[in-house]
Amino acid sequence: MRFLSDRLVALLLVLVLLGAASGARAASFNEALTRFAADDYDETEAGIGEVAASENPMAANVLDALQDGRLLYGADKRIFIKDPSDRLLDAASGRPVAGEAPPDLETVRINNRLRRTIDAAIGALTLLDPDSGTRFDAAQAVFKSQEASARPALEAAIAKETNPKVRKAMLEARAAIVLGASDSPDADKIAAVSAMRERGDQDAVALLASLPSDTSPAVARAARDAVASIQSGLALWNTLQNAWYGLSLGSVLLLAAIGLAITFGVMGVINMAHGEMVMLGAYVTFMVQEVIRTRNPALFDYSLVIALPLAFLVSGFVGVLIERGIIRFLYGRPLETLLATWGLSLILQQAVRTTFGPNNREVGNPSWMSGAFEVGQITITYNRLWIICFALAVFVALIALLRLTRLGLEMRAVTQNRAMAAAMGIATGRIDALTFGLGSGIAGLAGVALSQIDNVSPNLGQGYIIDSFMVVVFGGVGNLWGTLVGALTLGIANKFLEPFAGAVLAKIAILVFIILFIQKRPRGMFALKGRAIEA
Amino acid sequence: MKSHPLLRLLDRGSTLFLVLLGAFAIAIPVLNLLMPDGSFLHISTYFVSLFGKYICYGLLALSIDLIWGYVGILSLGHGAFFALGGYAMGMYLMRQIGTRGVYADPIRPDFMVFLNWPELPVYWYGFNYFAYAALMVLLVPGILAFVFGWFAFRSRVTGVYLSIITQALTYALLLGFFRNNFGFGGNNGLTDFKDILGFNVQAPYTRASLFVISALALMLGFIICRVVVSSKFGKVLVAIRDAEARTRFLGYRVEAYKLFVFTLSACMAGVAGALYVPQVGIINPSEFSPANSIEAVIWVAVGGRGTLTGAVLGAVLVNYGKTYFTSGFLAPYWLFLLGGLFVAVTLLLPRGVVGTWQWWMERRRASAAASTPATPAAPQAAE
Repeated sequence: MRFLSDRLVALLLVLVLLGAASGARAASFNEALTRFAADDYDETEAGIGEVAASENPMAANVLDALQDGRLLYGADKRIFIKDPSDRLLDAASGRPVAGEAPPDLETVRINNRLRRTIDAAIGALTLLDPDSGTRFDAAQAVFKSQEASARPALEAAIAKETNPKVRKAMLEARAAIVLGASDSPDADKIAAVSAMRERGDQDAVALLASLPSDTSPAVARAARDAVASIQSGLALWNTLQNAWYGLSLGSVLLLAAIGLAITFGVMGVINMAHGEMVMLGAYVTFMVQEVIRTRNPALFDYSLVIALPLAFLVSGFVGVLIERGIIRFLYGRPLETLLATWGLSLILQQAVRTTFGPNNREVGNPSWMSGAFEVGQITITYNRLWIICFALAVFVALIALLRLTRLGLEMRAVTQNRAMAAAMGIATGRIDALTFGLGSGIAGLAGVALSQIDNVSPNLGQGYIIDSFMVVVFGGVGNLWGTLVGALTLGIANKFLEPFAGAVLAKIAILVFIILFIQKRPRGMFALKGRAIEA
Repeated sequence: MKSHPLLRLLDRGSTLFLVLLGAFAIAIPVLNLLMPDGSFLHISTYFVSLFGKYICYGLLALSIDLIWGYVGILSLGHGAFFALGGYAMGMYLMRQIGTRGVYADPIRPDFMVFLNWPELPVYWYGFNYFAYAALMVLLVPGILAFVFGWFAFRSRVTGVYLSIITQALTYALLLGFFRNNFGFGGNNGLTDFKDILGFNVQAPYTRASLFVISALALMLGFIICRVVVSSKFGKVLVAIRDAEARTRFLGYRVEAYKLFVFTLSACMAGVAGALYVPQVGIINPSEFSPANSIEAVIWVAVGGRGTLTGAVLGAVLVNYGKTYFTSGFLAPYWLFLLGGLFVAVTLLLPRGVVGTWQWWMERRRASAAASTPATPAAPQAAE
């Protein structure tokens, strides 16, 4: 009901502004109402126009009722509104009818033509709503309908509008009406065309492409030019949109692959259980959110921040266990490692399936990750934006760790020459375990991020494992920068192929491309040079 | 000491394997068809088909063992060749349905009618002839393997990289065959078969014959593999496995050897798939899934790579275990068991069951004879 009373207040305001005229208008409102009692479509249409123009506080109510079939007329030509709770109101005054309801009430009938008229009239009424969002929607509705009868209301609204965004929408709506009407002067139409050109979206193109047949050549030429300019603009936005999607996909691939770049790229371990480390991270997020939901819902917005270190620790710990328990016995036998870790991935998947059930678990978005904003013609969702930032942050942190810390130095030493590193007093076994744990822990971090955009199920990891291997192999094994470039290239290439080929064919094309690429450069884009790789 | 080629070809283990397989190939159909239904010796048609399925898996495992055990190529995409052979056979069987389909279209299979395809796509032509389909069973996987191997081996993609791109290959095929517009029935695949060469695929006699044919195919495949590995050619293969660069420096065209064996292996996998489809009655894109191919590799690892007999044994053992475990209340634990098997075999039994047995026998013989130490039969190097 608040909405309705807001609308009443707005109309009252108009009433006060218009001052003296209102007395006369009240009379015309009553006259307009009597037109409905004729129950004739033409009379009703005239009535709708007059009611909408009357600026009477009851106008919106009457039109709503008419649209819903709740407007009734009695034998004495009085008009009543049946409100949703079946109360009968007097349409002229808005007061409930006291006592017995009058007998022989009939519904005022409407047809499709009238429904459109009513929509436009209601739209025009809401153009004066105090809420700027409602006014904007109303202006958009008028833009879509191009209903000429809304023009007077629109002009009045434009005169009063102060919000620039809403005003622009209203001007565009007026331009749409001008273009649709055959009788408007050419100068107005050309101005309207340039307004459309400024709007520059698909709707504007549609509108300019469907001008009435009697449009003068000058206007038609202006419209053609505008369409061409809008379309080249749209193509640019489209490219940007694809690039954005590609960047987003690339960041997801980067997150999934970067842990693998450590375990596979740096250590040379084919970790087929890598996807399951990602899955563990996602399930840690789920558990953190469950605990928060039951214990302290106020902390929900911090759930991801809490989950990040936990996921890193859980996945990293499992990684250390795997390295100490299995992989260290298999160094130098990469194909056997592949089989053993594949077996592990089956065990981990099944363990999660028996613990949490086979279905998707719900992981919510914190408020700062939901929603979107618009830049020009493209929509940017916060969760994608955060994931891109997060992927880059993880990448930078990892590079820094390998370059700047003692642990990173020891990791690189062991990778490059194990025997010499051991001779220098580095505990190679410990470094192996920590390196593998680091790679797995980063996979866990990826799991936290991916839980926000993907289904958290026991199969989560499976979906990423092949892609991750492709990224690492494509980028060049043993080179983190290669992984970054590989992930972004594959992501963007995939999204640019999708509009032409469809999602599945794009993916197949990428796979085939990688297969061919490996033939050309068997060690990836940025191959490590030297004798070490021949081992 | 120089032995007769035939003796080298059929050593004791191989002879035993062929005799046992032959005995199975005779006994199972006899027990199925001749024993009365209630008899304690009777084997139901369900089991005949089940064993037939294992035999096909055995042939697939054999083809993997040939390249992994003897040349060191670990293909994680052999399921693709198996499935392609299966699809070739499935297309023949679809064309045999004729007007007995739901839409009773004499030419187009049901799914094409359903998708409003006006006519049969060109690549379906000829599949109404068995001979053509049989040729395709060999040619399609063979040509794909030849082209793939031609590129991969010439640019010296080896080891893990090769494994990963074979996986990409089967994954790409999986995605493709899931699409309806590829013309292979989309995710439902090809099923509802009626006749093969005019015989009802459901009939016990047909099932028994298919079983015998599968067993014969496995024997033939086994003999071919033995011929390859026990010849001088086979010695070069093992040399490639153990030291590829050195073999190349000795003047052998390594990529030609690899390409030949890889293509041969793919053809064998295709035949296995073709025999598999009429016995299980369906072929769908899930056969292309990378997990299937990796599972086939573990059969070989369990039995023992580089032993041939072990590969077949491993395939039968693991699949029997799978049937046993996934049917009862133990079903949730099957993946634990399978995963555990992967880990345990690679860690504790790197030679596999048969490989360990051979190694143990040789050691005993060597210590009994107290002669020069025998070289282990099982492979040592990983790549």
